[in-house]
Amino acid sequence: MSAASVESAPLLSVRNLKVHLRVGEAIVRAVDGIDLSIEQGESIGIVGESGSGKSTLARAILKLLPNVELAACEGEVNFRGLDLAGISDPALRDLRRHHGFAMIFQDPLGYLNPTKRVGAQVAEAIGGKSFGSIGDRVQQLLAEAGLPSPAQIARRFPHELSGGMRQRVMISIALASEPALLFADEPTTALDATLQLQVLETLRRLHRDRQMAMAIISHDLGVVAELCNRVYVMRDGKVLESGDTVEVFESPKHPYAAQLIELSTRHRRHAAPVGSKAVP
Amino acid sequence: MLRFILFRLLHAIPLLIAVIFVVLLMLQLIPGDPVQAMVGDFPVSPEFRAAITKQYHLDASFPVRVYSYFVNLLHGDFGYSYQFQRPVLDLIVETAPRTILLTSVGFLIAIPVGVLIGIISGTTRNKRVDHFWTSLALVAYGIPIFWLGQLLVLVLAVHLGWFPTQGMGPLVSHAHGFAWLRERAHYLALPALAFAVHEGTRFARIMRASVADTLGQGYIITARAKGLTRWAIIRKHVLRNSCLPLISVAGYVLGSALGGAVLLETVFTWPGLGLLLVQAVRMRDNMTVVGIAIFAALAVIVINLVVDLLYAAIDPRIRGSS
Repeated sequence: MSAASVESAPLLSVRNLKVHLRVGEAIVRAVDGIDLSIEQGESIGIVGESGSGKSTLARAILKLLPNVELAACEGEVNFRGLDLAGISDPALRDLRRHHGFAMIFQDPLGYLNPTKRVGAQVAEAIGGKSFGSIGDRVQQLLAEAGLPSPAQIARRFPHELSGGMRQRVMISIALASEPALLFADEPTTALDATLQLQVLETLRRLHRDRQMAMAIISHDLGVVAELCNRVYVMRDGKVLESGDTVEVFESPKHPYAAQLIELSTRHRRHAAPVGSKAVP
Repeated sequence: MLRFILFRLLHAIPLLIAVIFVVLLMLQLIPGDPVQAMVGDFPVSPEFRAAITKQYHLDASFPVRVYSYFVNLLHGDFGYSYQFQRPVLDLIVETAPRTILLTSVGFLIAIPVGVLIGIISGTTRNKRVDHFWTSLALVAYGIPIFWLGQLLVLVLAVHLGWFPTQGMGPLVSHAHGFAWLRERAHYLALPALAFAVHEGTRFARIMRASVADTLGQGYIITARAKGLTRWAIIRKHVLRNSCLPLISVAGYVLGSALGGAVLLETVFTWPGLGLLLVQAVRMRDNMTVVGIAIFAALAVIVINLVVDLLYAAIDPRIRGSS
């Protein structure tokens, strides 16, 4: 990477991205012309109700969409000066293995191989040579994601772990390539309230310590408010509003964004107090 | 694991008893004179009738006879086949290895071929490669095995003369060692091939469906996100997780074939359990029929145990719950 030209440009820039999915006979415009950018080490949030195209957007950017359902996928995606639209398979794999991007998913049970020990699943994500043995590196990654006694956890199968532990294993897998950008798709939705806070805390720590850019996708505005400097509000495959998180949340310009924030805060008021400190 | 095996074997005992009971009950319900059925179309002398009646407790009630059959079984006595003039156990011990040889060789060809075709078409779904293999497998599976067998005999044995048309070996053989093996393989080739084509295409269809299913799982996306190559994903994540449906179907196929591949052995006059069963049924040799039924049940039970163990070996979630 040539430092001078890249420093000024954003880490990721997306322009006019369109993803049309084929659902039976119909064509769904899941992502319909989206512009988005993420700076080096920045943390952004993407919020919207379910079905607004958040997950599809993330997968389209990281090229993780299944080909069979695609009717069209066009637009410009630029990562560190690399055009992802026309990237070759080996180059893409290289980005995923070394310091490129990684993703964690909402449902860690479904996204971990049920028949492989979690240590092996983390190990195969490690790109390139690392200090010491792969096993040491695996334990180091598990510990970094906040798992206690990583040596024992590495020998377990996914179904033997709790939901929070599984999400931490997912995080270890994502960290293995030392990514510059981490996409987290509803990282805490499948977890109960205390675990949510712990996992968010872990993500915040990693973002800070590793200088890793993050994109948090969530329908939970509280999560985004906690972690992200900037936010995009999505609906029906379009970005309705974007900007500084505090500004958008305090004085939304778009009526839909206002409604979403209003509903969310009302919901929070009725829900159990979430602010209490997490039990380790 | 050992406890699991012992537990399953203990479970097999009542199952086996039930199978024998049902077979005996069915024979009881068949109309006709059992003594006459035993000797065939010959006049029966009163002394012989009395002796047989006494030996098999034919004058006793059904439960008593079932009981005595079980007592005989426990002494290793499967009864005597008057048609073959030999103890039933001898007949089974002689023919069963032939059936086991035929089905296991056919099976060992069918599994890798089926798995390979299944993976190729499952990973290239709805492309031309997939259409080719899927249609081929469908056609091959649709051909009845007896017709496929006859076709193979006609083309490869009668017209081209590459293989013998039937049997298991020459009437007189002086071959030993490796030559003997080659001679056997020559006779084994066509029936094993017919079995392999039929079952291999069945396995391919099962494998294709489960590979396609596995490819839709979330952990495949995780594997892609890790930057693994396509081949590494198939090898490390798809293969193992796609095996479970195949294993249960393959277990069913092997279990039922071991109890006598009736059609296959009849077409190729392969002197195994299937052929023996056909002859025994035709000659109303009830003792032999019951004996084969017991062997078949035993084979199914053993294979099911193996299937369960394989399941547990492949999927840790099953291991945990058992």
